[in-house]
Amino acid sequence: MKDHYDVIIVGAGPGGSIAAKTAAKEGLDVLMIEKRQEIGDPVRCAEGVGKFHLKQHIEPDPRWICADVKGSCIISPDGTKVEMAEEMSGGEVGYVLERKIFDRALANESALAGAEIMVKTRATDLIIENDTVCGIKLMHLGKMYEVRSKIVIGADGMESKVGRWAGIETAVKPSDMETCAQYLVSNANIDQEFCYFYLGNEIAPAGYVWMFPKGGNKANVGIGILGSKSGEDRPIDLLNDFMEKNMPDAKIIEMVIGGVPVCGTIDRTIANGLMLVGDAARQSDPITGGGIINAMDAGKIAGEIAAKAIRNGDCSTDTLQEYEELWRKTIGKEINNSLIVKETFVKFTDEDLNSLAYSLKDINFTSMSLLDLLKALFKANKKLLWDLRGIFKDFIKNDIDFKYKAE
Amino acid sequence: MSISVNKYICGYCGACVGVCPTGALELVETWIEVDNKCTGCGICQKICPLGAIEVNR
Repeated sequence: MKDHYDVIIVGAGPGGSIAAKTAAKEGLDVLMIEKRQEIGDPVRCAEGVGKFHLKQHIEPDPRWICADVKGSCIISPDGTKVEMAEEMSGGEVGYVLERKIFDRALANESALAGAEIMVKTRATDLIIENDTVCGIKLMHLGKMYEVRSKIVIGADGMESKVGRWAGIETAVKPSDMETCAQYLVSNANIDQEFCYFYLGNEIAPAGYVWMFPKGGNKANVGIGILGSKSGEDRPIDLLNDFMEKNMPDAKIIEMVIGGVPVCGTIDRTIANGLMLVGDAARQSDPITGGGIINAMDAGKIAGEIAAKAIRNGDCSTDTLQEYEELWRKTIGKEINNSLIVKETFVKFTDEDLNSLAYSLKDINFTSMSLLDLLKALFKANKKLLWDLRGIFKDFIKNDIDFKYKAE
Repeated sequence: MSISVNKYICGYCGACVGVCPTGALELVETWIEVDNKCTGCGICQKICPLGAIEVNR
């Protein structure tokens, strides 16, 4: 570890590693720190990701792909099934990852690009001078150090402190956080080419249960419920209920828990000398909970803007504003559309969900465009059309890219 | 007012840290640290997926 770098990245998840790789490739002197002793572990993720968007960042590698997913199946409270298969949105649908290996592969790519990496190294504060972030204070094996940099990228996840230290409000309300629990199970006995989503206010209040194939008859079976609905029944209790009723033969081989911000975009993700990416910037999708691709996209933009700012000798918000604008134009727009859907979804009663599923169940989505799907939905429920009018308008303009991004 | 985190239940996911309005919590590897900014508001207690947090009253 040196006492000065061009860029310090806090957190070695997908967002941090892509930022580190991008910045290092641009010729910058980069340090990425990870507070855990192992990058990628413990996992706090359902591990689903869209193929097309993943391929923009890394060549798929069988070492970290557990399952190749062709479609999804949504199950309403009364058991009505709606299947959606791969041709539906012209995409190639998704993979279920092994995050423990995937995250390490990404960190390795940043190392190969020239970034320095430290594990078991935790940021404890920012160095702020003249209203500008000038580095971080960190702790490694019980010793404190000060390391300076021109830019700090906060990729420190859902529990981010970096933004708060710079005066950016990132605290999430309970009504804007899905609280989640998941088991990796063997003997899952599900179709390994499908992702399953169970909806219902009894099963998962203002959330859903997911089953994602993990290969070899294994699956990630998890639940997310809105924080404001948690308390009496916690995610772990509801998940245990679900397992007992629906997967009595499954054997649990791992427990995963976590929180997913579903607040939509926050007001600010930059300060002088600082950018936030991924969950730290609350860039996860409010409807799918997916955050991997958004974090990687944002990490790439942040790495590029860091290089530009350092080349121009101006790391103030004047230059970093471009990061803010670029991610909001792409990721941010989608997040805000998903937020509208989420706000509508959380108000649905089980009857609403059943009637929607019923009106969709016999439609062959493999040969339908998304526009047809939306039309069918709105025909079934006029109120939905009104609630989602913003999105519908966008969709007509072809602005919206309904990519498969369940996570 | 403060909170207690039962380390035998806690799954160190950090959901509590994300919702803490005063920034009093921190996820350090496999445990949660609570500092004196904690007001005992109980939001973390509500959000915890495993029910590891109690508010001291």
